[in-house]
Amino acid sequence: MTGNITYDAVVEATFNIIKEAETILPEDVVKALETAKENESSDVARSQIEAILKNIEIAGNNSIPLCQDTGILIFYVEIGKELNLDFDLKGAILEATRTATQQVPLRPNAVDPITRSNSSDNTGEGLPDIKYDFVEGNQLKITVAPKGAGSENMSTLKMMNPTELGSIEDLIVETVLNAGGRPCPPVIVGVGIGGSFDKAARLAKSSLLRDVDDMDDDERNVLARINSLGIGPMGLGGDTTALAVHVGRSYCHTASLPVAINIQCWANRHSSVTLGGDE
Amino acid sequence: MEYHLKTPLKEEDVEQLNAGDIVYISGIVLTARDEAHARILEMHEEGHELPFDLEGAAIYHCGPLMQKKEADQGAEEWTVVAAGPTTSDRMSKMTPELLKHYNVRTLIGKGGMNNVAESLKGKCVYLAYTGGCAALAAGSIKKVPKVHWFDLGMPEAVWELEVDEFGPLIVGIDTKSNDLFTSIKEKARESFSKK
Repeated sequence: MTGNITYDAVVEATFNIIKEAETILPEDVVKALETAKENESSDVARSQIEAILKNIEIAGNNSIPLCQDTGILIFYVEIGKELNLDFDLKGAILEATRTATQQVPLRPNAVDPITRSNSSDNTGEGLPDIKYDFVEGNQLKITVAPKGAGSENMSTLKMMNPTELGSIEDLIVETVLNAGGRPCPPVIVGVGIGGSFDKAARLAKSSLLRDVDDMDDDERNVLARINSLGIGPMGLGGDTTALAVHVGRSYCHTASLPVAINIQCWANRHSSVTLGGDE
Repeated sequence: MEYHLKTPLKEEDVEQLNAGDIVYISGIVLTARDEAHARILEMHEEGHELPFDLEGAAIYHCGPLMQKKEADQGAEEWTVVAAGPTTSDRMSKMTPELLKHYNVRTLIGKGGMNNVAESLKGKCVYLAYTGGCAALAAGSIKKVPKVHWFDLGMPEAVWELEVDEFGPLIVGIDTKSNDLFTSIKEKARESFSKK
């Protein structure tokens, strides 16, 4: 059963979410920035958040990318297990990526890791990064999260000793501290605890998709500690260094404790579409 | 204090600035990031002249998103889609060498720079622009007179951008080695160690 899910429909829907993600910041992130502006005691900090909010408005009104670093594209694809997709799903996502690069437009960011030659269309071996998952039902859900390098480069992964549980929080706070103004704070901090070397990193990244305000007490406490550092928007000082801390967990091997911290700049861009279903 | 400056900048233009001041720039700014820095230094080493003038220049750490349109008689004309600052610290290693050979008067970027304050002393300031504000920045870019070294790729090429009242830019490092980023980070580290 595929309903209206065709190759062309996937290309079109994927193009649309790429464009939306690149030009319109999710409402919850905008609200968090507005609240941060109200609460800032430093003039310089407030001027930085004001510039960010003005930028969000201009980008949205004119349908242009929020940031010139339009990132590399990370896709999360959930495939309903009742679906029988008889077309090249990956090919459709690649085609949408190439079209979006031309038409949104996106900055061509994808390069060979060694020769550094640019593919000029944001694809290449391993890019875009597509994660597939099978879920209940008969729908296809595609989420895109463009990830810029400024914040990505400040991320950390540490294979901790299981007895070091008590220092996870220090590692998170110190990662944000070491990053300073480089990842474009106010940041959102995605944390993955457990799993394996690679799964912790995946958890850290997918945690960034959560609603900004969706935090438990532990996460809020870490957030408060980060904000007490005074790094502030863009590292120029102030009360708002981070907007959220989101932790994802997974069972892990009894002998290991992987911890990954993925930093996201204020432009926490992502957008989703669901195709198919019972219509 | 707030200042409105025009490029090319003179020594006295930047000497008056103090860390924390606000600056708006008009005139030409040149984009340069990792690859362009490397090529500038390489050409200097080999005794070649640069295709652009760095005397009194404003270097913008930026890899813009540009769009080409066909102008009259098949000439190429570029417009800026988005042009926010990139992380300046990647250029920290090459900056002292660059400033030794050329009278660049300001570096514009985001996030601060490590170990460059000494080489900025008496001649150049580091100005911070709000990271990610690419749509906002594009609004103050009036023209794209030239592009150099396009073979490096769109983000790494050197773009001449004609800007009008580009800012607000915060003086991050002044000519007297006052570094806003370092002092804020030192305070943060102190509060982290105390817990």
